[in-house]
Amino acid sequence: MTETPANGKEALRIADLHAWYGESHVLHGMDLSISRGEVVALLGRNGAGRTTTLKSVLGLVGRRTGTIRVNGIETVQMPTHRIAHLGIGYCPEERGIYASLSAEENLLLPPKVQEGGMAVDEIYQMFPNLKDRRKSQGTRLSGGEQQMLAMARILRTGAHLLLLDEITEGLAPVIVQMLGRVVRKLKERGFTVVLVEQNFRFAATVADRHYLIEHGRIVDMIPNAELEAKMDKVREYLGV
Amino acid sequence: MDTIFGVPTQALFGQLLIGLINGSFYALLSLGLAVIFGLLNIINFTHGAQYMMGAFCAWFLLNKLGVGYWWALAIAPLSVGAFGILIERLMIKHLYQLDHLYGLLLTFGLALIIQGLFRNEFGSAGLPYQVPAELAGGQNLGFMFLPKYRAWVIVASLVVCMATWFVIEKTKLGSYLRAGTENSQLVQAFGINVPRMITLTYGFGVGLAALAGVMAAPIYQVNPLMGGDLIIVVFAVVVIGGMGSILGAILTGFGLGVIEGLTKVFYPEASNTVIFIVMAIVLMIKPAGLFGTQK
Repeated sequence: MTETPANGKEALRIADLHAWYGESHVLHGMDLSISRGEVVALLGRNGAGRTTTLKSVLGLVGRRTGTIRVNGIETVQMPTHRIAHLGIGYCPEERGIYASLSAEENLLLPPKVQEGGMAVDEIYQMFPNLKDRRKSQGTRLSGGEQQMLAMARILRTGAHLLLLDEITEGLAPVIVQMLGRVVRKLKERGFTVVLVEQNFRFAATVADRHYLIEHGRIVDMIPNAELEAKMDKVREYLGV
Repeated sequence: MDTIFGVPTQALFGQLLIGLINGSFYALLSLGLAVIFGLLNIINFTHGAQYMMGAFCAWFLLNKLGVGYWWALAIAPLSVGAFGILIERLMIKHLYQLDHLYGLLLTFGLALIIQGLFRNEFGSAGLPYQVPAELAGGQNLGFMFLPKYRAWVIVASLVVCMATWFVIEKTKLGSYLRAGTENSQLVQAFGINVPRMITLTYGFGVGLAALAGVMAAPIYQVNPLMGGDLIIVVFAVVVIGGMGSILGAILTGFGLGVIEGLTKVFYPEASNTVIFIVMAIVLMIKPAGLFGTQK
């Protein structure tokens, strides 16, 4: 359990990860490594296995084998709620805002998983809209506000590894820019962020590195500085 | 004698009181069912048997151990709730991935077994249980005679229902429950031990049934079949209120008790069926129930 990581700076290490939903085998030997404080994007087509990779980290798939180390701790055998307490914050693709809870109850829902989370006031400074809408029913918020809420509520908990799934999907450019500023601010504060993105232009503005995923495995890793040069390759993988 | 719509006020208020008493039990039982269904997605057909076990627990405590009503109010829900937790851990938890129907079949089978065992042991004649001395007698209100025990049942049931509603709708713990009802996977991904929450919720729902059983013992006697008879009506109440709705279960419980009581005054022939007629009408107009939302 208290195995020391090969690299003490490694926030997430995935090796030879296979994952299944029922009968369907979705991940076929995924390998990746993310250091603390890094912002990394997982790029790929729909169905390539990007979302499944995030879900596997939290044990939200049917079955998984291989290695997933969070801060050096092996988690493949752990139940979901214990993995969360290693300091993971998860923002799902469908946002997961609860209709039976007010915006503020949604914000306060996730329990503290570690020390050092952001204070509610600080979060409201980062997302002023949420303060004005705090009494509204969670699902009455606009799409952009719901996305902010889904991100805001995992900043309170002390989680330092944030898994953000398609946070820009379907949002207006001005909100996408705002979310970009937020992700950069989180990086300054030392958060480790894993983004699943369809929008690689957005990813290019925030990420340090990009993993390209196809058929449930990593096919390439591109540092952000080389992204422009390798644009043709990226386009080919993403089918755009 | 005074009359209202040609009915003597004595009879009217008498039936209204009986309606409120029945409504108290409908509310307590359908509340437990609603809480369990919300989080577990299990239609707990054992609920009637667990209500009966609560009454028997009170009878057993009094007659074998000399422990009175007030202690039984705490001990019976705790022990029957613990029994429920055992059942959830050993059997029900294996069914969460399957269709509702399997949970219904399992709990229905369990109800038949439990009822059979009790009937084998105690017969079906019914055992008397005395009203506690503190609540014996009653008060003449001028227009009717109000037995103290019945007033206590109505007030206690209201308080328990409102307290449950408050915990679920207004507290942090309740927000976990509400969120778990909507999307339990994400709640677990936030770091909440959902399996444990489910187990305790089942235990709590069962405990509510047992509490209702203790309160019912002095009114209806203690009988192995008392739950089986009642549970069908309670399911109709849950369907009318809306599966999984807390406030719906409480309001419809009391409301239908009163409607049933009034039917006894104005058209006694329909008093056994009125709840099912209401259910049929509600299902046609609002299939999700009066307070329910379509899942």
